[in-house]
Amino acid sequence: MANMVNVFLYGKKYEVPGDLTIMEAFEYAGYKLVRGVGCRNGFCGACATVYRIKGDRELKACLACSTKVEDNMSVATLPFFPLIKEGYDIEKVRPNEQIMMQLYPEIYSCVGCNACTKACSQSLNVMQYIAHAQRGEYEKCAELSFDCVMCGICSSRCPAGISHPQVAMLARRLNGKYIAPESLHLTTRVKEIEDGLCTEAIEAIMAKPIEELKELYNHRDIEK
Amino acid sequence: MIFTQEMLESMKKVEAAREANIAYEPPRMSAEEKEALLAEYHPDYKDKGFTTIKIGPNKGERAPIELEEMIEGRSRVLDLNVDLNKVDYDVDVLVIGGGGSGSSAAIEANKAGANVMIVTKLRIGDANTMMAEGGIQAADKPGDSPAQHYLDVMGGGHFVNRPELVRKLVMDGPGAIKWLNELGVEFDKDEDGTMVTTHGGGTSRKRMHAAADYSGAEIMRTLRDEVLNRGITVVDFTAAIEIIKDENGNAAGAVLLNMETGEVRVARAKCVVIATGGAGRMHYQGFPTSNHYGATADGLILGYRAGAKLLYQDTLQYHPTGVAFPQQIYGALVTEKVRSMGAKLINSEGEVYVHPLETRDVNAAAVIRECSTRGKGVPTPTGKAVWLDTPMIDMIHGKGTLEKRLPAMLRMYLKFGIDMRETPILIYPTLHYQNGGLEIGVNGMTRVENLFVAGEAVGGIHGRNRLMGNSLLDIIVFGRNAGQQAAAKAKTVTVGALTLDHVAKYEEERKAAGIDSETASPKLLPDYTRKF
Repeated sequence: MANMVNVFLYGKKYEVPGDLTIMEAFEYAGYKLVRGVGCRNGFCGACATVYRIKGDRELKACLACSTKVEDNMSVATLPFFPLIKEGYDIEKVRPNEQIMMQLYPEIYSCVGCNACTKACSQSLNVMQYIAHAQRGEYEKCAELSFDCVMCGICSSRCPAGISHPQVAMLARRLNGKYIAPESLHLTTRVKEIEDGLCTEAIEAIMAKPIEELKELYNHRDIEK
Repeated sequence: MIFTQEMLESMKKVEAAREANIAYEPPRMSAEEKEALLAEYHPDYKDKGFTTIKIGPNKGERAPIELEEMIEGRSRVLDLNVDLNKVDYDVDVLVIGGGGSGSSAAIEANKAGANVMIVTKLRIGDANTMMAEGGIQAADKPGDSPAQHYLDVMGGGHFVNRPELVRKLVMDGPGAIKWLNELGVEFDKDEDGTMVTTHGGGTSRKRMHAAADYSGAEIMRTLRDEVLNRGITVVDFTAAIEIIKDENGNAAGAVLLNMETGEVRVARAKCVVIATGGAGRMHYQGFPTSNHYGATADGLILGYRAGAKLLYQDTLQYHPTGVAFPQQIYGALVTEKVRSMGAKLINSEGEVYVHPLETRDVNAAAVIRECSTRGKGVPTPTGKAVWLDTPMIDMIHGKGTLEKRLPAMLRMYLKFGIDMRETPILIYPTLHYQNGGLEIGVNGMTRVENLFVAGEAVGGIHGRNRLMGNSLLDIIVFGRNAGQQAAAKAKTVTVGALTLDHVAKYEEERKAAGIDSETASPKLLPDYTRKF
């Protein structure tokens, strides 16, 4: 068994094996998790967590599923944070500066404290992507925010009350729909299918007896 | 350094052989070699992991032991006071599950004018979709065609797929990509708009579209945003624990259980869509899983008790490259895209022992063979493992490629002090996907009227083995389809008096079969709490 460490879950002391993640430490301590647990692999942002290590003055943030416990770690989870999520019609919005002004005007109150960036569980440059959003540079905002798991820790630390993950979400959709170039091969193929140009081939292959299909499969050419 | 001495010694052999291994193109196996390998090493062929179903529509068929425990389990409503006369939610379309297929269904049903509600036992987006990394297939490039895609799907699935479902999958594939793109999903593209596509295991054309290695997350968060934009009701932290029928025997709603407070509510609906996803957290045969915390096959049980049939419930997908080390992320997924981009599978002696892009079942079986009878596995704290030689990627495509195309993988390992650009990683198969599920027609409906299924809870689309990138495709194609079909059907439905008689009958059948299991079913969540 690994060496044991002391952790403080919501301030209460537990002794747990030192090779557990924070999430596993909760379960080891006896918790049955419903909140604050999701994919358990760093993708869904359900397990936002803040902690301090005794003697270290800095407040740190992480995902509980992908962070190991440390001795004298004092932990609180943030399973939900009330973000502002404005509704919009993706067909009607356009990638101009006005849309951010209209939906998320608080981004212009950013005081540049950089607390969001320091708190990001994904080590993203959050303040910088907000700066891009302010200027209507959605492609850059999308690129810098791409790895965001929307855990919301950034917003919990923001003195201006910005909902960074939702701002970035809007920027990415604007970029994906309006700014990134159209894929002509895709448009063409969809039209071909709609026009029935692929129907004959699919019906022909469906009509083949299994043995013939197997032959085709076992000898098909594989693109290099 | 967190690697053991044994690992480091084996790693030296991998490094020494790396240049030669990059140049070496391993042969593909013949159909006969594959069959022999699967029969001996694939977990689906291990009889001790399976039992016979004792009751219900698939009585007498084979099922994983853990699934049969749920089939034989006790309905949660038997111990609750459910008043069907007190309807808390009354909608046209009830979607059970807030993942990719459920969200797609809800968006389309809403678009068709239906009053639609999503109920999900965790949050919307807490789903396997969020964790899909590698990509989504569709035949939209000039050298490719839906018919070519069809051939790959059928061959990968061992030719037992339902042909009409496969046809829909491949014919609606390009349209699904277009739909997502127009919702704002950021696919990887060249400057001229051409989508960047790669191979997956078992594909004959490069048709894997991706959004770095956050493909599923990018799709899921966009769908979630669209559900919220449309003002669709989402009831979260609430599980469906039984389908409600009406006096005519049609599906007509669900009994809902608040996961936090235990409050029970009744939802009445003209049509119900089961979109509850997979089963990795059932840990079949003791395997770790790459799946979401809520992947417990609930929908299969709900549908089964309501009279729907299961199809290929005895076939699971073990992803060949699950994390074997470090143990904190044991079982987590290492996307197949790592192999698509050139990394090869290497045994403890530094040898390439298999083609990296054989289908998943074949590659999983080959890893197990290396680690068992061949004795060429690397010892880890949880067993044996083989190497996935990730430094090959930057050597082949140039420095910086891995970071750009596989940021999630890089981050996952860096958190535990392993830089996969510099050192290879240790992998072993992980329980990844439920190939089978509830049987549907091409309209998405089960044999129970007004009961639809979409996503991983469906059986038949992928036969007995799914190819990479066809699950993200299927949740979109069949999710949208279920939403459209359910919304259209709802217009013709008049719901009769609500009843849970089918649950009472199932309970009688249970007793008649001599089953006295008190295990609550469906499972809802795995139990990882330490017992004192």
